[in-house]
Amino acid sequence: MADITLTKKDFTSDQEVRWCPGCGDYSILSTMQSYLPELGIERENIVFISGIGCSSRFPYYLNTFGMHSIHGRAPTIATGLAISRPDLTIFVVTGDGDALSIGGNHLIHSLRRNIELKILLFNNRIYGLTKGQYSPTSEQGKITKSTPLGSLDTPFNPISLALGAEASFVARTVDSDRKHLTETLRAATAHKGSALIEIYQNCPIFNDGAFDMVTDKETKGGALLQLVHGQPIKSETHGLVHSGASLKVVELASVPESELVVHDAHNPDPAYAFALSRLSSSALDHVPVGVFRDVERSGYGSLVNSQVGEIIAAQGAGDIGKLLNSGDTWSVD
Amino acid sequence: MAIKPLCHSQKSDLEQGENLGEGASLFFSKWQDERVAKPVLSLNQVTIRFAGDSGDGMQLTGDRFTMDTASLGNDLSTLPNFPAEIRAPQGTLLGVSSFQLHFADHLVQTPGDAPDILVAMNPAALKANIGDLQRGATIIVDKDEFTTRNLTRVGYLQNPLEDGSLESYKIHAVPLTSLTVAALSQLSLSRKEAERSKNMFALGLLTWMYHRPTASTENFLKVKFSKKPEILEANLLAYRTGWNYGETTEDFSVSYEIAPAKMPPGRYRNISGNTAMAYGLIAASQRSGLKLFLGSYPITPASDILHELSKHKKFGVISFQAEDEIAAIGSALGASYGGSLGITTTSGPGVALKSEMIGLGVMLELPLIIIDVQRGGPSTGLPTKTEQADLLQAMFGRNGESPVAVIAPSSPSDCFAIAMEAARIATTYRVPVIILSDGYIANGSEPWKIPEVDSLPDLHVEFAKSQENFQPYLRDPKTLARPWAIPGTKGIEHRIGGLEKADVTGEISYEATNHDLMVRARAAKVAGIEVPNLAVDDPTGEADVLLLGWGSTFGPIASAVEMLRNNGEHIAQAHLRYINPFPRNLGDVLKKYSKVIVPEMNLGQLSMLLRSQYLKDVIGYNMVRGLPFTTSEIVEATMEVLHG
Repeated sequence: MADITLTKKDFTSDQEVRWCPGCGDYSILSTMQSYLPELGIERENIVFISGIGCSSRFPYYLNTFGMHSIHGRAPTIATGLAISRPDLTIFVVTGDGDALSIGGNHLIHSLRRNIELKILLFNNRIYGLTKGQYSPTSEQGKITKSTPLGSLDTPFNPISLALGAEASFVARTVDSDRKHLTETLRAATAHKGSALIEIYQNCPIFNDGAFDMVTDKETKGGALLQLVHGQPIKSETHGLVHSGASLKVVELASVPESELVVHDAHNPDPAYAFALSRLSSSALDHVPVGVFRDVERSGYGSLVNSQVGEIIAAQGAGDIGKLLNSGDTWSVD
Repeated sequence: MAIKPLCHSQKSDLEQGENLGEGASLFFSKWQDERVAKPVLSLNQVTIRFAGDSGDGMQLTGDRFTMDTASLGNDLSTLPNFPAEIRAPQGTLLGVSSFQLHFADHLVQTPGDAPDILVAMNPAALKANIGDLQRGATIIVDKDEFTTRNLTRVGYLQNPLEDGSLESYKIHAVPLTSLTVAALSQLSLSRKEAERSKNMFALGLLTWMYHRPTASTENFLKVKFSKKPEILEANLLAYRTGWNYGETTEDFSVSYEIAPAKMPPGRYRNISGNTAMAYGLIAASQRSGLKLFLGSYPITPASDILHELSKHKKFGVISFQAEDEIAAIGSALGASYGGSLGITTTSGPGVALKSEMIGLGVMLELPLIIIDVQRGGPSTGLPTKTEQADLLQAMFGRNGESPVAVIAPSSPSDCFAIAMEAARIATTYRVPVIILSDGYIANGSEPWKIPEVDSLPDLHVEFAKSQENFQPYLRDPKTLARPWAIPGTKGIEHRIGGLEKADVTGEISYEATNHDLMVRARAAKVAGIEVPNLAVDDPTGEADVLLLGWGSTFGPIASAVEMLRNNGEHIAQAHLRYINPFPRNLGDVLKKYSKVIVPEMNLGQLSMLLRSQYLKDVIGYNMVRGLPFTTSEIVEATMEVLHG
C-alpha cells in the first residue's frame, strides 16, 4: 500500500461539477478528493454508488469506478457488489430523501446485515432536485411547496434510526468542517462493516441556513458537543452528565470536569449511543458530532464468502457432472 | 364389497416387519416373488391422481410414485396442484391438494387429461376431483373419512359411497386410516401420529397395483427419517401394509404392468422445471467461469429455485435472500456490474416491483437474468396456479423504450437449456434477459436425458482490459454490445448511471439526436440477438393450419397434434422458445399457413404481438383457469378451425 502515491488530482474526474453555487456538496466532494489518496487504495478498486438526488451526482466527479443508480436503491446494488467483490472499497452516496424515504428499507437492512459499505448520508432536510418539498428529516411545521400550511410529519433522526437498525458504526459531521469530515471518513473507512455517516449539508437554494447553528462562528462552539473516544463530551460552553438512565446537557461551569461523561464509542450497549443521538433536536442547540458508535461485528460479505470457502474446503469444489447425475438415475440402452 | 380382514400371512409379515433395516428390502422382495396368483394386465398408459387434504402428504406421495415410475423407464409427466394456504381448514374443498401423474410405454407430453384412477383421501378430495373423471374410471377412497361430519362439511347430503351416485365408476372403498392404525398398533405412537402414515399405505397399494419397484422409496424414507426411527418404522410398515393389502385382498383382483418407453439411449433422471432451472444456472456459471450470484425474495412458485441454488455453495454459488424484490434484483445487478452472473428469481408480482431496476439494466447495458415463474394474476391472483399472462409485462412493463430479451422454456427439462441460453444472451449482448417459466413446468416433472458436461455450450466471456482512453459505450460492431468493464481493472475507471448516455463516451447527454440514436441502438441490439430459426413440424407438407404456441403449452399442443394426425388430419406445429427477438423466419412461417391457431393461458398476448409485428390475423385459443390445457381442449379447438 505504501507504494501507492496518488494525489487529489488523480481522484478528480474530467466532468464539470453541476451543483448550485454555494452548495454544501462542493466542500464534501473536495474533502473526499483530498482524503482518498490517504487510503492508499488504487483508484480502480474504489467504487462510488449513489441513488437519485443532488448528492447522488457525486460519483460523476470522482475518477474511480462509479454508478449513479435509481432512487433509493443504491444500497441494494452496492450490496451485490460488496458480497461478490470483497476486494473493492465501496462508498454509497445518498441523501435524506433517497436513504430515509424511498430507500428506507434498503438502508436499515444494509446496516442490519453489516454489509461492507461506507454510507454517506447528505442530510439537507429538503428535497432539492425536485425543487423544494419537505423531506423525512425536515422539522415539523416546515413550510414548503408541498406543505404550504406546514408539514405535519415527525422527522426521522438518522442516527437513532441507524442505531435501531443494529448499525455497527454511526457518525455525524458537518459539510463545511473539512477537518472533522476527514477525521470521520478516516474512522469510517477503518471500520470493517457498514458505516453510516450523517453529514449536515446546506442547501443554499431551498433550505438555506438550516444548519447555521452548527456552522456560524458565533454559535457553533456552544452547539457542537464533540464526541472523541476516551474524552469528556463537551462543547465550548456545555458538557454532558449522566441523569438517571439518560444523559443531560449542563453548563460547563455548573459541574466539575470529572463528572462529565467520557465518550466510549466501543460501548457494546447501543442504548448509550442512542441516548447520545436523542440530544440533537430540530433546533440544533446541542448537537453531538463525531463517532457515536464503532463496534466490531463480522461484515456480511466476509461471512458469506467464508461460508462458501468452508464448504469448498470441506467437500471440494462442486463437480457439475456429478450434480447432474445425482439422485435417482437410470440407464436406457 | 368384501374386504378381507388382516389375513394370517399378512399378520406374520407384520411380525417379521419388526426387523427393519438391512433385511427389510429382502423381506419385501419376497412378497413380490410370491405375487403370482393374481392376473396381470398390460397397459400402454395410465393417469393417476392422488388427492387429499393439504396436510395429507399428497405431493410427497405423488413425488415418490413418480420417482419409482421414472426409474422403471416409463415416460411421464406430472401436475402438482395445491392451494395457496399451507394448511387450509381440514376436510374442506379449499384445502384439497392433488398430484397427477401420466406415465406410459411411449412418449408422454402432458400430465393426462382425465385420470384413469383417482385416490381420494377424504370426501372433499372426491368432490373436488370427480368432475374430471370419465365414466369407468377407478376411484380408491379412504372409507374411514366418509363420516357424516366430513360429508356434510363439503355438502354431501348422502354418502356417495352408498347412494348409488358413483355407479358408473369402479369404487374401492378401503378403510385406509383404520388399516394403517391397526398395522402400526405395535408401535408406541398416538393414533394421530399413526394416521399420518396413511399416505404411505396408499402409496404402497398403488405401488403394488402398477408393479412399481419399492427399494427407492424405502431408501428415501430411511434417509428422510434417519433421525426419527419410530416414524421411519411407521412409514415403512404402512407402505408395506398397503402393498400387502393389494396383494392379499379380493378387492383388488388385477394388477397392471406398463412396459418401459422407448427412449434414446443414455442416462436419465426425473427433473422438475425449478430444479432444472437451478442446474442450468449452475452449469452456465461453470461454463462461463463467472461467479453465480442469485439475489432473490421468496415468492411462490419460484422459491424452489432459491432453495435449490442455496444447496450448492460448493460451486461458489452466492444465494442472497434480500429484504424485498427490488433489493433482490438490485443486488443481482450490482454483482453483474462486478463481473458475476447476476440472477434474480421471482413471479409476476415481483417482476412488477423489479421493473425500474430492469430499466436500469437496460440503460447500463449489463448482463442480468430475470426468471419469472408465472402464476395466475393480476395482483396476488392465484399464487399456486399456472398462467402465461406476464408475457406483455416482460416485453413492455417498463418506462420508456426499454427492450429486453424474452425467452421461454417449453417443458420442465427444457428449463436447463433455457437457463444456459439466458446466460449466453445476457453475457454476449450485455442485456437483461427475462425467462418466462410458469407454475406448471416449474413444479411439474419429466424424465430428462442427462447431458454430457463436454457437450454443454462454452459460455466464456471477455471483460474489458486495461487500456488508455477507454470508451465505456463503444459498441462491438457485430453484437452492438458495449464492453463489460468491471471494477478492479486499472485504467478503465468510468462512471455509468441511469441518465441517458452519450454514444461511445457514456457521459451524461441530454442531446436530442443522441437520445434518438441511443434508443434505436438499444432496440437494434436486442432485435439483432442471434436466435435459431423456428422449426416447423409438418410431416406431410399438406397442412393448411398451424398450431403455434410458446412456453409451457408445448406438451398439450404436441399431444393434440399427435391425436389429430392419428385421425387423419393435416396439421402443422411450431413452438416459440424465443419471443424477443422472434426467430428471423417467423414471418415466413406465418405466411405459409392460411390459418394459425395460437393457444395461450392468457387472453391473447402472443396473438397481439404476432398481429402487430406481422399483420397476421392469428386465431387465439385462450383459457385462464390456472391449469394447463388438456389435449382434448386443443383437439376440439383445432377441429373447430379445421372443419367449422
